[in-house]
Amino acid sequence: MKMENLREAYGKELLAVARMDERVVVLDADLCGSTMTIFMEKEMPERFFEMGIAEQNMVSVAAGLSLAGKIPFINSFSVFAAGQPYNQIRQGVALPNLNVRIVGSSCGLSDAGDGATHQSVEDIAIMRAIPNMTVIVPVDADETRQAVRASLRHQGPIYIRISRSSLPILTSHHTVFEIGKMHCLAEGSDITVFATGIMVFQALRAHEILKEKGISVRVVNVSTMKPLHLEEILKHIKGVKGIVTAEEHSIIGGLGSAIAETLCDRMIPIKIIGIKDQFGQSASTHEELLEYYGLTPQAIIKKVETLLE
Amino acid sequence: MENKKIRELEKKAKIVREGILDCIGIDKKGHLGGSMSSADLVTALYFYKMKINPKNADDPERDRFIFSKGHSVLAQYAALAELGYFPRSELKKTKELGSILQGHPEIRTPGIEANTGSLGQGLSIGVGMALAAKLDHKNYRIYVIVGDGELCEGQIWEAVTCANFYRLDNLVAILDKNQFQASGAIKERYDIGNIRAKFKAYGWKTWEIDGHNMTEIVAALDQTDQVKNSPCAIIAHTIKGKGVSFAENNYSFHNNSLTPEQYEQARKDIASIKV
Repeated sequence: MKMENLREAYGKELLAVARMDERVVVLDADLCGSTMTIFMEKEMPERFFEMGIAEQNMVSVAAGLSLAGKIPFINSFSVFAAGQPYNQIRQGVALPNLNVRIVGSSCGLSDAGDGATHQSVEDIAIMRAIPNMTVIVPVDADETRQAVRASLRHQGPIYIRISRSSLPILTSHHTVFEIGKMHCLAEGSDITVFATGIMVFQALRAHEILKEKGISVRVVNVSTMKPLHLEEILKHIKGVKGIVTAEEHSIIGGLGSAIAETLCDRMIPIKIIGIKDQFGQSASTHEELLEYYGLTPQAIIKKVETLLE
Repeated sequence: MENKKIRELEKKAKIVREGILDCIGIDKKGHLGGSMSSADLVTALYFYKMKINPKNADDPERDRFIFSKGHSVLAQYAALAELGYFPRSELKKTKELGSILQGHPEIRTPGIEANTGSLGQGLSIGVGMALAAKLDHKNYRIYVIVGDGELCEGQIWEAVTCANFYRLDNLVAILDKNQFQASGAIKERYDIGNIRAKFKAYGWKTWEIDGHNMTEIVAALDQTDQVKNSPCAIIAHTIKGKGVSFAENNYSFHNNSLTPEQYEQARKDIASIKV
């Protein structure tokens, strides 16, 4: 399976779109080597702004740039991008519905070594709750590139959550990214798993194992967390006996919550897999943390089997 | 500047103060104190300094004004109405459900350039516009009024640092230094010390003026045009509630309602301003 780093894909695509569209400007809070806006800094320094470690100022400056006709991409780790300047995002960017792209890098537990301070478990919940905000979690490097491109055609603020890790390429020319669209990556008829980010890969592994047991699981990649359209969900749950959701994020306010909110008046059982209202912690590898917090194919298999009992 | 033009601006300031009273009305809460203290500054910007065209409000070349102390927006609404951005009759609907004039500035209101009111953010927004102007090789200038209570916000100093780092000589911060925060006198509540020295230390060119003296305001604004490679800060000493006898230097009119009697008195006070 072909692996590719999402941050690098993002950084290179950002440079590519900046070359095509002169409205694009890039701001970074002293993490350009990690967020990979370094490509932009090297190739187009006049449209790259080092903002120092001052995320609140960075967001409001982006609001000003946007009001003057630019499309600013602001960059930091997701925990800082969505957390530190929350009120600046809410008041100065989302309320006036400005074209600011907030790119949260090293999302979820993917910055394994740095521990809880650098791991975002609630950023989707925070961003999703803000009116006018669109929330995108690309599943792989291809979708990251497509999301960056699609963002230029969208009016309003967007939060894009990007993993630090290299992840398998799961999308193809059949799965053209469009804000608000979901894609089925594995067919199945017993249970539907709605997954996002790295958990899509875990769900596909669960799909294979369950297939050997004679259980048919449909795996759907939810890369737009908001807006989450009912009709998109309904396309994928015809005839299934239940739903499992899976995310590298708190069970509070993320994908599971969003699906449950949308389907709350439908009689279909839903099981939610995510981080159980805890902070992260340091570990040697991202995989270790996924295992520790129960974000595994085995966890998905268990929920599927419970629903079918 | 000739006296005649100064007198004309003072007349406009009187109209702005009358407009503030239109917004506040009777038995409706409104930010009287800070709106009145900034009225002369706002007047000088809109009726003298800024290149704007109400008939082409989105002209990319226009100068921009951001009211970072957004609660004082009533002064801006009054100026915008006088300039014809919207009918003067809208002022009386300020803060009513469905009004185009919200309690704090929003860009959906004609003539408003940024959403502010959560204090500390407007100067950074001004930095963003100033960076955009530089990037596009445009000559428009950005004026931001901040409050002295607002200077406690750490983000202000992030913006001050950033404006100096990027040598934003197209950005002018004007401090409406009315000496009061919402809960009382700054010197008794939370005084951050010598503000001019702070701006200077961050590399800004500074002026200190009487914020109710139109000649001084106009002169300082003109001088900022000449500055190269530094952002500019005008520290304007003002009086909270200026022009309304019972509200001057009285923090309880930071955001308060007026009784019918107080409203009448305020009207009389403004009417008696000699211009």
